[in-house]
Amino acid sequence: MSAYGADLLALLPELIIVVTACLVIALDPITPASRRDLLAWLSVGALVICLGITIGQINSVNARVSAFSELVVVDAYARFWKILLCSVAGLTILTSLPYLKAERIHLGEYYGFILLALSGMMVMVSGVDLLTIYLGTELMSLSLYVMTGLNRSKPRSLEAAAKYFVLGAFSSGILLYGISLLYGLAGSTKLASIASAIGSRGADDPLVLIATILVAVGFGFKIAAVPFHMWTPDVYQGAPTSVTAFMAVAAKAASFAAFMRVFVEGLGGLKADWSLLFLLISVVTLVLGNVVAIVQTNIKRMLAYSSIAHAGYALIGFVAAGRGIGLSGGTPGLASIMIYLAIYSFMTLGAFAVIGMLRKGGVEGEEIEDFTGLAKRQPLAAFLMLIFMTSLAGIPPTAGFIGKFYVFMAAVEADLAWLAALALVFAVVSAYYYMRVVMVMYMRDPSPSSVAPPHLVASPTLSFVLACAVAGVILFGLYPNPLVSFALQSVLTLK
Amino acid sequence: MTSSFPWLSLILVLFVALDFVLFYVFWEAMLIPMYLLIGVWGGPNRLYAAIKFFLYTLAGSVLLLVAILVLYFYGGHTFDILALSQGTYPASLQMWLFLAFFAAFAVKVPMFPFHTWLPDAHVEAPTAGSVILASILLKMGTYGFLRFSLPMLPDASLSFTPLMVALSIIAIIYGAYMALAQVDLKKLIAYSSVSHMGFVTLGLFVLNQQGIEGAVLQMVNHGITTGGLFLCVGIIYERTHSRLIADNVGLATPMPQYATLLVIFALSSLGLPGTNSFVGEFLVLVGTFLWSKVATALASLGIILAATYLLWMIQRVVFGVPSPHHLPKLSDLNQRELATLVPLVVLVFWIGLYPNPLVSRMHQSVTNTIASMSRAKVAPTASPSAEETTESLLVGSREPLTAQGSSR
Repeated sequence: MSAYGADLLALLPELIIVVTACLVIALDPITPASRRDLLAWLSVGALVICLGITIGQINSVNARVSAFSELVVVDAYARFWKILLCSVAGLTILTSLPYLKAERIHLGEYYGFILLALSGMMVMVSGVDLLTIYLGTELMSLSLYVMTGLNRSKPRSLEAAAKYFVLGAFSSGILLYGISLLYGLAGSTKLASIASAIGSRGADDPLVLIATILVAVGFGFKIAAVPFHMWTPDVYQGAPTSVTAFMAVAAKAASFAAFMRVFVEGLGGLKADWSLLFLLISVVTLVLGNVVAIVQTNIKRMLAYSSIAHAGYALIGFVAAGRGIGLSGGTPGLASIMIYLAIYSFMTLGAFAVIGMLRKGGVEGEEIEDFTGLAKRQPLAAFLMLIFMTSLAGIPPTAGFIGKFYVFMAAVEADLAWLAALALVFAVVSAYYYMRVVMVMYMRDPSPSSVAPPHLVASPTLSFVLACAVAGVILFGLYPNPLVSFALQSVLTLK
Repeated sequence: MTSSFPWLSLILVLFVALDFVLFYVFWEAMLIPMYLLIGVWGGPNRLYAAIKFFLYTLAGSVLLLVAILVLYFYGGHTFDILALSQGTYPASLQMWLFLAFFAAFAVKVPMFPFHTWLPDAHVEAPTAGSVILASILLKMGTYGFLRFSLPMLPDASLSFTPLMVALSIIAIIYGAYMALAQVDLKKLIAYSSVSHMGFVTLGLFVLNQQGIEGAVLQMVNHGITTGGLFLCVGIIYERTHSRLIADNVGLATPMPQYATLLVIFALSSLGLPGTNSFVGEFLVLVGTFLWSKVATALASLGIILAATYLLWMIQRVVFGVPSPHHLPKLSDLNQRELATLVPLVVLVFWIGLYPNPLVSRMHQSVTNTIASMSRAKVAPTASPSAEETTESLLVGSREPLTAQGSSR
């Protein structure tokens, strides 16, 4: 019984989140519409408590507490992602508060779904059993399907939800198929058992390779890597903007976290094979994502392709990790992904926060043209967007550069200087479409005919989110050391 | 959006950075403010010019980042520029690194095939943008060659010398020819910049004391003279709202002070003895003479062509006869304009007549650069310092130059 208590204690942050989610959904019907803000604040409060517990849960970076007979672990690696995911969820709720009201879809269960998705993500990042990871993935995805279709009056939102659900279910099936093959090989779904089974069977067993590819395809869908990216533009465009931000940041980060754990801890014996596979995927991902983003006129769609491209950059770190020599050889590559995604979270959240609250007479202004002349009307808003776009393009002194820097450093260390050069050439391509947003904001005059020029509707919570995002982008751009050393320490438990 | 200017002043950090990543951060950080400067306040075609400038220079510099990272792993896991300059790298690696450096620096200078962004950017940029572009940003490229390519990659620098000299001479002659054909004053000066920066890269890559000292001096001179010329164009543009030579004819009568200063800057730009550019170009040519006499002859053509396009411009703009229907009321220079131009004129003559304070200051650094070059497998020959050469020539020494030994 006491052992069971220790297990529950290890999962305390997750439990708090799940209980709060249920509480929010239960309280929603009896909360008057005017007081739904309270549900959001309740969720934020739970997140803050959860964040505190997560930070205090581990007293040394080498600690690795496993719970429920090796289904989940609490280690520094999981803690890194949990801190990131909880912060992202909190900032998303704060962005959603004004956004959902403006869109007239302020429903209480929305916050419940964010928390449920978050609990799924937290299970994903700490799971060391393929089925546990799968369950986390499904919990996250199912919540996101519902949130995508939240705007019932918009056909595009419903279309996006349906598309996301069908393709997501399909990809889950492929992932599950890969898991079942691995179970057949190892007789267990635990990553440690799979690793030893692969060690005894040898890496060139075709069944092992097929299982690896199927699992890679399943995760490829979740992180939106080419050629499994088809859902991304439609879903990002159709979903309510706050949901898009949550998907683009948290879902991607959690999927990458689980992806890394499965492939390093479970399938590490195959790293020569999967690093080649990811090399191909990362090249096509960053090429296609960056090139197709150029022709987009809708900014959410453009950022969807940009998020595809960013997945390609993060995958370079993965390739470098696979190429690494020895036990610690993969560390810089894996740490670079964590740095990259943490920085990516700040700039993407900031960009989506601006987009969501750029209102054009009650409607969301989501065309790039809607930003025309913003610098003249609202210089501060335009300047923030300038910083986010600069950072997404990876231009110093913003944090986006630091993210790219560490990824490319890992690539060069793994003898992949040509890949870094190629990726940087496509970073120049990406600068074109990011700078186009800057160009319409600063260098075009708004057409006099427009009756209600789009403007940013400020609110205290939005200001807080933007302040956090811009602080993250600037501070990590100028002084990345704390983040870098935190990532380097956290990744050490991954083996 | 005057916030662009403080942001731009961060470029200064670039020139003192001793950490390669810090250098790169500031190297790239100037892109955004310059992009805004051209794109927000520029001329009619500013959007095209701004994005062309931005993408061109960004594309050049991304390969620099890869080269920096490669150097980090080959040079003992450090970004310290001084430590990296001490290292020796395999010759084949040096070739690749040199090409990557070249992509970044040559675009910024700009050297011959990569110069096309410059006229567009200069013509569309506001006056302040043009001055910053010509006087500071272009120097980032030549500084890069001097700071990184030469000391870190001596073997590659040596083997690429013929190519670099050829590109420099093409830039000198081609830029001058293009300047000859321009009807827009700003474009004329932009192409003259290409030609003058050709002298700087020429001096750097003949790899001897005279050449490099001349190149560094010419970097300063170009900033003073071309900056002055761009200011002059900006002043006349404010009055006539045209930069075309045809619209600004015969300014000597209405604006005598302006005409005087414009003539001084033009004469300085064409390298008249007594002005700053003469000293720089002369040293570069002396250095080139030690490397190759043919190259010197070809480069000297650039000086003749510079005289042609600048004097022809002066003939029309200052002394031409304005068409009768075109008689605008032009006021001469005001206090503010005088205050910006007169210090530049002082510098023109100071460096032209007494360059020693500058030359002696750069002397030790250039000697060190040459010394670090001597790690190359085929060491460049040591030759008498430029200071001695200038002094001996200024005092009329009869010692023939050719006796000082030829290159390589």
